[in-house]
Amino acid sequence: MGAGINWTALAVFVFFFVLVTVMGFWASRWMAGPSHKGAHLDEWGLGGRNFGAWITWFLVGGDFYTAYTVIAVPALVYAVGAYGFFALPYTILVYPIVFLIMPKLWHAAHKAGHVTAADVVYGRYQSRPLEFAIALTGVVATMPYIALQLIGMEVVIRALGLSGELPLLAAFVILALYTYSAGLRAPALIAFVKDLMIYIVVLVAVVVVPAKLGGYGAVFDSARDVFANKGGATGLTLKPAQFLPFATLALGSAMAAFMYPHTLTGIFAAKDANTIRKNAVFLPAYTVLLGLIALLGFMAYAAGVKVQTNNDVVPALFNGLFPSWFAGFAFAAIAIGALVPAAVMSIGASNLFTRNFWKPYVNPNISNEGEAKVAKVVSLVVKLGALVFILFLPTQFALDLQLLGGVWILQTFPALVFGLFVGWFGARALLTGWAFGIVYGSWLAFADGIKPVHTFTLGGDRYSMYTGLIALAVNIVVAVLANLVLGKGSRPALRSA
Amino acid sequence: MRLLLSLPFIGLLWVPFYNRELPSLWGFPFFYWYQFAWVPLTSLLIWIVFRDGLKKGEE
Repeated sequence: MGAGINWTALAVFVFFFVLVTVMGFWASRWMAGPSHKGAHLDEWGLGGRNFGAWITWFLVGGDFYTAYTVIAVPALVYAVGAYGFFALPYTILVYPIVFLIMPKLWHAAHKAGHVTAADVVYGRYQSRPLEFAIALTGVVATMPYIALQLIGMEVVIRALGLSGELPLLAAFVILALYTYSAGLRAPALIAFVKDLMIYIVVLVAVVVVPAKLGGYGAVFDSARDVFANKGGATGLTLKPAQFLPFATLALGSAMAAFMYPHTLTGIFAAKDANTIRKNAVFLPAYTVLLGLIALLGFMAYAAGVKVQTNNDVVPALFNGLFPSWFAGFAFAAIAIGALVPAAVMSIGASNLFTRNFWKPYVNPNISNEGEAKVAKVVSLVVKLGALVFILFLPTQFALDLQLLGGVWILQTFPALVFGLFVGWFGARALLTGWAFGIVYGSWLAFADGIKPVHTFTLGGDRYSMYTGLIALAVNIVVAVLANLVLGKGSRPALRSA
Repeated sequence: MRLLLSLPFIGLLWVPFYNRELPSLWGFPFFYWYQFAWVPLTSLLIWIVFRDGLKKGEE
């Protein structure tokens, strides 16, 4: 990447950035309608719980398929080939799971006015410790995720030729201000622009790039050659030792995906359960897009792109193959693609803080208006924390924490989901299972040097699996045993959901 | 009906089945187009289960 500033690309980039900034501030009045209830956490944190199928599609698509995905998935595919493609089965398998679980969760939340996952858990089990565990996991797992979005933004800002931290800081202040004023409506509205831009970029890229490079056959051929020379665990197909890691990463990630506060926020903001079911049918459209984006990693080989860090693959490809104005458009799409999830994540984390830390432990008599106020301030603090993270700590630290975050958030699955289907588990058993899952999962990950997969040796054979899924298995086994030993405790009756 | 939703899990988690390059389609090795094919297929399966639920008046 050249040291000079690409002025055409920068101008296009700035134009779109200003456009979404204006939209972000205007969003506070959008969709307010007759149901506008004034200052209330439902309004700021869930957009008035009134989003229909279309808005939910854009919002959930916008916060689930993040800017970091656009940068990191092709980077991984570029580095290791087929193995990086686990993102595809992951983002397919997530939808049957969403379809079966999330409408029930929505019902549970809607009836009682719950805003967060921890609210739902407290509502069912009446256990403050369990609620605290779920909320803490959510907040801690979200922070590095926000930091990753900033990394995505940093990568494209650098590709424009800008150096230093000032541009990132500016983008960040803007994001913080309009999230503060408009709440969830801002990312929901901006998601429309972001997704249209990303769709245009990817559709153009997957048509134009292979056309320039001699078709998909040639793209795969050049990737095959490179991997053959490179050797190791790379290639156009998987090595047998990668089968189990590939499958368990896909499954575990799919189970974890909608346990995150930001994806759940999108679910709780839906106006009814069928909105969620329809989205389970139509959201996979983004998965096609993701698969095509992943292929950019192979196209980089055909285009002869050379990069210092893998994360620069996509920007380098656009800078190399497209006119400046289109590269600027693409980078704007990716940067805006970082704003949407970063905003929703900070809102999700603020909702958790307000409802599950502030309300029970600091001010139990807080008014609805007070809740909204606390959440707004916390959203600023959360984003500031993520920024400090990126500016003062090595990038690797955010990546490692994000990986651990995935392992941790998966451990909230039993507490959040089991109660929707069976009434057998008690709060103490679930909390015990959660604690074992978190401790065992973290221990395995640290012992392996923060790697996503752990290798067991069983009778001389080696099996590698996603660490999060192993920890979840321990979590569930311990929860079942604890339930048998401790008894069900104050298990409330199973409510019809 | 809901058992239909287990098909994508079987199809995608049974990795040895599709971990090969041939037959290729439009230059895409089998490994890739097979996984892509599961995207619309999964959508269709979820839609069938969804419609069935609507008919039964599921809330």
